[in-house]
Amino acid sequence: MSDLHSHTVAFVRDTMLPQKAPPGTSVGVVGWMRENLFSGWFNSLLTIAAMAFIYLVGSIILPWLISPTWQAESLGECREILAGLGREGHFGGACWGVIRDRWIQLLFGFYPPESYWRPILALVLLAVALAPVLFSDKVPRKLIWFSAISAFIMPWLLWGGTIWTPLAVIAGFVLAYFVYKAVDTAAGALAAIIAAVVAALVWWLFVMGPVSEALSSILPLGIEPVESRKFGGFMLSVTIGVVAIAGSLPLGIVLALGRQSDLPLVKAICVGFIEFIRGVPLITLLFVASTLLNIFLPPGTSFDIILRVIIMATLFASAYMAEVIRGGLAALPKGQYEGADSLGLDYWQSQRLVIMPQALKISIPGIVSTFIGLFKDTTLVSIIGLLDPLGLSNAIRADADWNGIVWELYGFIAFLFFVVCFGMSRYSMYLERKLQTGHR
Amino acid sequence: MKKSVFLGALTVAGLAAGAAAAGTLDDVKARGKLNCGVTTGLVGFAAPDANGNWEGFDVGVCRAVAAAVLGDPQAVEFVPTTGKTRFTALASGEVDMLARNTTWTFSRDVDLKFDFVGVNYYDGQGFMVPKALGVSSAKELDGATVCIQTGTTTELNLADFFRKNNISYEPVPIETNAEGQQQYLAGACDTYTTDASGLAATRASFENPSDHVVLPEIISKEPLGPLVRHGDNEWGDVVRWTLNALIAAEELGITSANIAELSEGTNNPEVNRILGTEGNLGEMLGVSADWAKNAIMAGGNYGELFEKTIGENTSIGLARGLNAQWTDGGLLYSPPFR
Amino acid sequence: MTIVTDPPKASFRVSQLIYDTRYRSITFQIAALIGFLILIGWLISNTAQNLADLGKEPSFGFLAEPAGYDINQRLVDYDNQNSHLRAAFVGLLNTLLVAVMGCAAATVLGVTIGVLRLSKNWLISRIMTVYVEMFRNVPVLLWIVLIMAIIIETLPQPRDFRGADPQASMALFDSVAFTNRGFYIPEALFSRSLGDIHLFGASAMRFDVSLDLLALVAVLLAGLWASARIKRNADAVQEATGVRPTVWHFRLGVVFVPLLAVLVLLGFHLGYPALKGFNFQGGTHMRNSLIALWLALSLYTAAFISEIVRAGILAISKGQTEAAAALGLRPKRIMNLVILPQALRIIIPPLISQYLNLTKNSSLAIAVGYMDITGTLMGITMNQTGRELETVMLGMLIYLLISLSISLVMNWYNNRVKLVER
Repeated sequence: MSDLHSHTVAFVRDTMLPQKAPPGTSVGVVGWMRENLFSGWFNSLLTIAAMAFIYLVGSIILPWLISPTWQAESLGECREILAGLGREGHFGGACWGVIRDRWIQLLFGFYPPESYWRPILALVLLAVALAPVLFSDKVPRKLIWFSAISAFIMPWLLWGGTIWTPLAVIAGFVLAYFVYKAVDTAAGALAAIIAAVVAALVWWLFVMGPVSEALSSILPLGIEPVESRKFGGFMLSVTIGVVAIAGSLPLGIVLALGRQSDLPLVKAICVGFIEFIRGVPLITLLFVASTLLNIFLPPGTSFDIILRVIIMATLFASAYMAEVIRGGLAALPKGQYEGADSLGLDYWQSQRLVIMPQALKISIPGIVSTFIGLFKDTTLVSIIGLLDPLGLSNAIRADADWNGIVWELYGFIAFLFFVVCFGMSRYSMYLERKLQTGHR
Repeated sequence: MKKSVFLGALTVAGLAAGAAAAGTLDDVKARGKLNCGVTTGLVGFAAPDANGNWEGFDVGVCRAVAAAVLGDPQAVEFVPTTGKTRFTALASGEVDMLARNTTWTFSRDVDLKFDFVGVNYYDGQGFMVPKALGVSSAKELDGATVCIQTGTTTELNLADFFRKNNISYEPVPIETNAEGQQQYLAGACDTYTTDASGLAATRASFENPSDHVVLPEIISKEPLGPLVRHGDNEWGDVVRWTLNALIAAEELGITSANIAELSEGTNNPEVNRILGTEGNLGEMLGVSADWAKNAIMAGGNYGELFEKTIGENTSIGLARGLNAQWTDGGLLYSPPFR
Repeated sequence: MTIVTDPPKASFRVSQLIYDTRYRSITFQIAALIGFLILIGWLISNTAQNLADLGKEPSFGFLAEPAGYDINQRLVDYDNQNSHLRAAFVGLLNTLLVAVMGCAAATVLGVTIGVLRLSKNWLISRIMTVYVEMFRNVPVLLWIVLIMAIIIETLPQPRDFRGADPQASMALFDSVAFTNRGFYIPEALFSRSLGDIHLFGASAMRFDVSLDLLALVAVLLAGLWASARIKRNADAVQEATGVRPTVWHFRLGVVFVPLLAVLVLLGFHLGYPALKGFNFQGGTHMRNSLIALWLALSLYTAAFISEIVRAGILAISKGQTEAAAALGLRPKRIMNLVILPQALRIIIPPLISQYLNLTKNSSLAIAVGYMDITGTLMGITMNQTGRELETVMLGMLIYLLISLSISLVMNWYNNRVKLVER
């Protein structure tokens, strides 16, 4: 056939032509632009509109941002500097002097300046302590013990006081562990758990106080106590966020297990709590913290407002945490539960050894986004008069020097929040990707 | 049983901050600090500076009380409160006293169970308008948009005023003075109404104060004063007489400059009694003998405090007006120290 | 070796309560219940004790007293002599108003942005990414105050519209005024109005519904129903004969002709805002606080919704598109018949929780002085009466009811979508 063909057709190419370069309009910058920006009349229109938009926004914001007012001591001085440059009006230029003057206050609130190393060290400890949880494949597992201990060290660093208090709290856990071991062999797991919890509670409630007091009177080791009232600015947001999330984790696990429980009463209580908290806005819970919590507690007890806010934020976060963990539990294949049962593990053993480690691991992205949400929501405390960054911005504007400042403070605060939340959400996405590939 | 367990939990954990039921005076002494509720920020009256030190006229009252009770004007924890949280903070024992430009009204005194110990600033509600608006009386404000701070008595006064004069208005509720100022300057409201002192302070901080006028009408009486919880009379007495001491000191010419000299003894027995060199007023009050001396030294007498924080030489530039001594035609009148 | 067939009877021991699975669950539940009741009882007794110490008796009597304050933004009649309950009701309607407006705007924006993020246009998809990250990672409270500040600082004040040579002028043929006090837009007026129905008599919940609006809605619904009937008929004809009759002009006509007729009958015309005295008069006034809150909540929530939409579309595997294309469906039909129904199933549950979040976030209205239920009941009323316990509890209850109703409605819809799928 082909023979015949070759005879009848005048010309048959028998060598390959060298490859030609693609047309200039489809490679390089031009090609990329044709492909991605001007692939049709509609896309071209969109692109031009977008460019106009970017130019418009940029032409307003950039000149405003670039403003030689870093050294100004008051808004009036800023205005003079800008007027000297012939720039007046609302968008004449930013008054960065306020940031220079107040950035430390926006970060640390009223924390004693000589102790700034303490929150910074606590933050570093937090980063190190979270490493084994967040990057479990890159750091040695032993570090998890460090994480456990730093959970007690960090509050001590922030609030100060005697070293014996955190040590005595740790001692409670050690005590509970030994009680559990001792009773477990004698009377079974459930009795052991109950005994351990009772022992720890008795220790924390009745023994720990006198013991740590006695110890500190013998050997007064400690650092200057700082009242939580002095917390403010960004540090306050971080503290509320981190403490509430850490506190909500155990509560959330209990609530999630309770919600999945077969016991209708327990389930009803847990569902009721979770749905109640999720059904009301955080601000109403903060109103409870600011106006009602003291009424609910025994006459005479009085937490300061920041502790009350932390308590309510913990309750708030625990409901959301319970839902995240419930998601993690639901995502586990049924075989894991059945496998644990078939090994003869009882409920608590299977939870502790099989279910929870896996469920918590898949819940980490959810936990991180809960944290981001809570961290952003800490700005609400400004409404009940706490001086978080947003609250401080009002206080700063009440200073005669900076009366009338608007954008600079909001911009700075938004920038701080953006950096932290964006970083965390990137991490959460990275983790999700990693977990996804792990499952395939 | 259960209650004691929880109580134990709270105390042992070191979180309980003192029982509110016991005498506040003893609490404050035991704590070594006075918890004083102030605003979250109002120019001239209370605002934190860059180092976190609170300054202002109301702050001065707190410092005077701390000095009277504890001998140290710095022994104060300032608790910023909003219009909404201030009364709960006081009622729950979170603060020992409020010095937060709070108007003395019947319902607050009687229904909310607080005791106003006196008046540290006689104020009244006024209106500020831009000159360009061409308004010379509040009665010409028919149909105007009015910026007003929520959570204050001014809100009710405003409604009453417009109702009485049968004119309409549109209220724009705002949370803080800073926001009110921003809205007013941008023209989002035609007039800004709050206490006349606040108006003056706000006007003073404008770029062009002369473009704005405060209208002549004062539509309400706003006696601002410190308040304490109802039922703790010992503590109420301490705060009341500290305030009276500041006022009396001005009347009697005791200033922070001459107080050291005067406290060595003068031939005016009332001065001697105030400064503790004669009689036992301090003992009666349950504080040290030199309590009033400490209080006056904290920030000067009433007049000095006024001049330093909101007076005519400050950027706020308030005249004494009603807040002059009764001898000068004002309303400040301290009962005798005897 | 003996085999015990029956458990030993009539020898109940106390330890059985814990170790016997027949009793264990009951033991646990009773223990939990007792613990729970003790906790509740403890809280109540503390509260009673504390309130007695403060000399306050819990009572809701204050709700009937005159409120004494004015509310600028209101959907129903109200003045400062009305009761606190009426003020709370005005606030509740304001909450619902901004929640509904916010949900609608957030959905439209979110879907648009979610689709645009998947756009092939590099610049557009980048801008949308920046938008999403910017809004998601900054607290919504900050956005609310920022947008409020932008409105106040950049838009002209009513005074600027005045004079021979005004600095600002009205937009859209002098019908709309954008000022920093809010937007004044034309209002719908009826010269032969049917009047209002007054619901709930003279109670605090009294509510006027415009009969004109009801008539319009009824005519619109009837038109839509008729249009659906025509479509069904056309479908039936197509099934039977294989030829689809042209009906689109009937369908349009049956909706719009009666609507226009009713509008003419009622004497519909627009009332334009005009500058009188200090402010614009006439027209509808959308206050700056409402706009700031609405914009901020919509923009913030839209960022989340766009992510949900994007994830929903991306979650449909490419095989579905290809299979649909292999069946000969055109791209638009692939989207409508194959991708969207499946994507919706993924999108709707998280969408519900975003609606819930938006509604709850609307409580931040207090930051810009929008008088919602937080601003009235839990704000000024609480402040003026000193009834913290009653107001906050009532406020929480109201929010809880709103949230639960949204979840119920949405779950019902969600279940329906699910059933249709199978």
